[in-house]
Amino acid sequence: MDVTRRAALMTSAAIAASVNAPELALAQETPRRGGVMTVHFATEQRILNPSLQASTGVYIVGGKIQEPLVDLDANGQPTACLAESWESSADGQTITFRLRQGVTWHDGRPFTSADVQFTAMEMWKKILNYGTAVQLFLEAVETPDAHTAVFKYSRPMPLGLLLRALPDLGYVSPRHIYEGTDIRQNPANTAPIGTGPFKFLQYERGQFIIAERNPNYWRNNLPYLDRVVWRVVSDRSAAAAQMEAGQILYSPFSSLALSDLARLGRDPRFEVTTRGNEGNPRTNTLEFNFRNPLLADIRVRRALAHAINIPFFIENFLNSDYAKPGTGPIPTVSTDFYPTGAMPQYPYDRAVANRLLDEAGHRRGAGGVRFNLRLTPAPWGEDIALFSTFIQQSLQEVGIRVEIVRLDAAGFLRTVYNDWNFDLATGWHQYRNDPAVSTTVWYRTGSPRGAPWTNQFGFSDTSIDGIIDAAATELDPAKRKALYADFVRRGNGEQLMWNPIEQLFLSCYSKRLRNHANMPRWGSSSWHDLWIAP
Amino acid sequence: MLALAGRRLAASIPSLLIILVGMFLLLQLAPGDTVDALMAQMGGGGDAALMAELRAFYGLDLSVPARLLNYLWRLVQLDLGFSSIYGKPVATVILERLPATLLLMTASLSFAFFFGLLFGVIAARRVNRWPDTVISTLGLVFYATPSFWFGLMAIVLFSVHLQWLPAGGMESIGEGLTGIRRALDIALHFVLPTLTLGLIFLAIYLRIMRASMLEVLTLDFVRTARAKGLDETRVITRHVLRNAMLPMVTLIGLQAGTMLGGSVVVESVFSLPGLGRLAYEAVVQRDLNTLLGIVFISALLVILVNFCVDLLYAKLDPRIAKETGG
Repeated sequence: MDVTRRAALMTSAAIAASVNAPELALAQETPRRGGVMTVHFATEQRILNPSLQASTGVYIVGGKIQEPLVDLDANGQPTACLAESWESSADGQTITFRLRQGVTWHDGRPFTSADVQFTAMEMWKKILNYGTAVQLFLEAVETPDAHTAVFKYSRPMPLGLLLRALPDLGYVSPRHIYEGTDIRQNPANTAPIGTGPFKFLQYERGQFIIAERNPNYWRNNLPYLDRVVWRVVSDRSAAAAQMEAGQILYSPFSSLALSDLARLGRDPRFEVTTRGNEGNPRTNTLEFNFRNPLLADIRVRRALAHAINIPFFIENFLNSDYAKPGTGPIPTVSTDFYPTGAMPQYPYDRAVANRLLDEAGHRRGAGGVRFNLRLTPAPWGEDIALFSTFIQQSLQEVGIRVEIVRLDAAGFLRTVYNDWNFDLATGWHQYRNDPAVSTTVWYRTGSPRGAPWTNQFGFSDTSIDGIIDAAATELDPAKRKALYADFVRRGNGEQLMWNPIEQLFLSCYSKRLRNHANMPRWGSSSWHDLWIAP
Repeated sequence: MLALAGRRLAASIPSLLIILVGMFLLLQLAPGDTVDALMAQMGGGGDAALMAELRAFYGLDLSVPARLLNYLWRLVQLDLGFSSIYGKPVATVILERLPATLLLMTASLSFAFFFGLLFGVIAARRVNRWPDTVISTLGLVFYATPSFWFGLMAIVLFSVHLQWLPAGGMESIGEGLTGIRRALDIALHFVLPTLTLGLIFLAIYLRIMRASMLEVLTLDFVRTARAKGLDETRVITRHVLRNAMLPMVTLIGLQAGTMLGGSVVVESVFSLPGLGRLAYEAVVQRDLNTLLGIVFISALLVILVNFCVDLLYAKLDPRIAKETGG
């Protein structure tokens, strides 16, 4: 059904293009060489090497300089990058990658299977966040020749899972730079050396990063651009002004204020869209602390959801262009895993909420108040601040008084995921292509205390644990999908946490950009085919 | 004079120590440490072993008193420690950020001082007439305007609409300018930040200068000067101004400290790599060494500026030199 809708959209786009003459002319333009791409860099990172840190803040820079084994194509399917082809053994414990030949590092040394082996064993398996979980059962990487890397797993590794994880978690670093050094303190962490279309040139902290065209790039005659410049602008309004002044051509990942994005979206010089961000969906969460006996009662957890009018919130505070009501931990953009069939939902119905709370024995007391709860919102994202206030006011209507406890990033993670000192928390769950990467950890029992964005909520559901473990090693894609449907059904049914809103990041592009937003993780991608019209 | 400098420095050591220890303890009260801040940047996926390893890497596995003692012991050896966000020595990080802050501070203080003096004198000489009313009202408006709004509006007007000045940053990126052209380029980038920060301070200088002038104008020696038959300009420049300037100089000493910390907003709005933004980032990322380093350097700067102010007093009012010199 989804496919037909996409096909229909493409047809209508084609019709629009043929009717609209300027659009057609755009499509036929010949790429222009040269030019400088300027990018809004909102939050400086400690390191820029994507083999060591998996986050959009690192990919936005490091993803142009270093490359992964596998990337995504325009339709979000795995496509060759540093690996040209791959195959899995029947038992799923041996996965072989054939590597691209004739690729060199920016310092001139050849790229070989030894680099892949070193990066996989020393970085992905030991240091890279999420990598350590995905590669937990990686035993060894064998290198029968310079262009073959054989990954050996002690348990079956679904090829689909690995291929969906590698565009983010498969960046390769040069062995000759890192071997025998303290990896965490290697100077190449902030002056990365890669195989990508752009070579690192200069990083002035607090000001800018510059990378220049790699003349020896393996994709012949690419990239088109001379340079990429990242401008460090921490103030969101100032960044919007710099876009208008032409100093910045691209602001990624909703880094501008929602009001500025709405304003720039109406400006003919800019395009504000979710396009190019389909690979980074997130759901807003409502997390319950089960150690509070009030919240351990499923009737109360369900009542909270019934009391909050999500469509109203999206319509009035966000925008349906990038947000829609969520249906569970797996977002709709994940076509490989989004469960078919209806999953348990808790639509807005204040009468039901009141009845459930009454049934749970929480009668209204003085002033109509049933009980008090503390709500701890995550400090990132304007939508979270808005949503926390909306939750507070919605719950007031059903007799629950909510106190909002605002903390900064470090304080939020410590208080919620380490000290467990909260009743309700709200933030984002970021979905990373496959539920096994960053989704099931929210539900699985046994996460060590203090690991952020994992089950620190005090519930333990062994049947869910069983489904999660089975799906992580299931080789048959159809069976995996069915297992994850079970996972969503059970998680929603027990209302272990609530994923009421599904969102995509907004990007603001200058209309001069060409070949931009042409794949689902474009902000993180290498920009080898990006060019700028005069 | 050296002895005076030495005495000053020695007297400030206890207060410096109290500030540093207080700051250290205050930051212990904030929930979360630099590894939590790093996790927030990573977006999760750090397992327990990784986080424990990182805590050991950043020296967070020791107890609070042990870390404090370590810090103070290193400080005695003039070692400010290692920055966890920048991965290099704190002294280097601060040195990199010092030029932008000093440039912004000197430029806007000079601007505020000079124009505060000028407009203060004009307002005092035309007291309660229209120039006084206009100057005082405008001064109040600037003083009451939040600096972030003022800065943003300046960007919108001069950079976005008129396109006269750059919207942010310290200099043009990657153009390889040198010598006088680079200096001009940097100056152009500092026009708006200097105005934004300077206009707010201008109001204070203006008010002080006006009040001080009005007071001095009523004193006996002014009447004597006028009785001698000096013209009004000479009375003002030679007799009144010199005496009316003492409070202005006091104010500059006091504000040097405020300006170091108070430029967070202006630095953020104009994307300048200064100490204010560094301090803010250090708090958010719980980079204790960097934050304490900034406090330390700022305190030193304030002491230095106040020392210069004392010398200037002596120059303006010989009576003070006699008291301290003796």
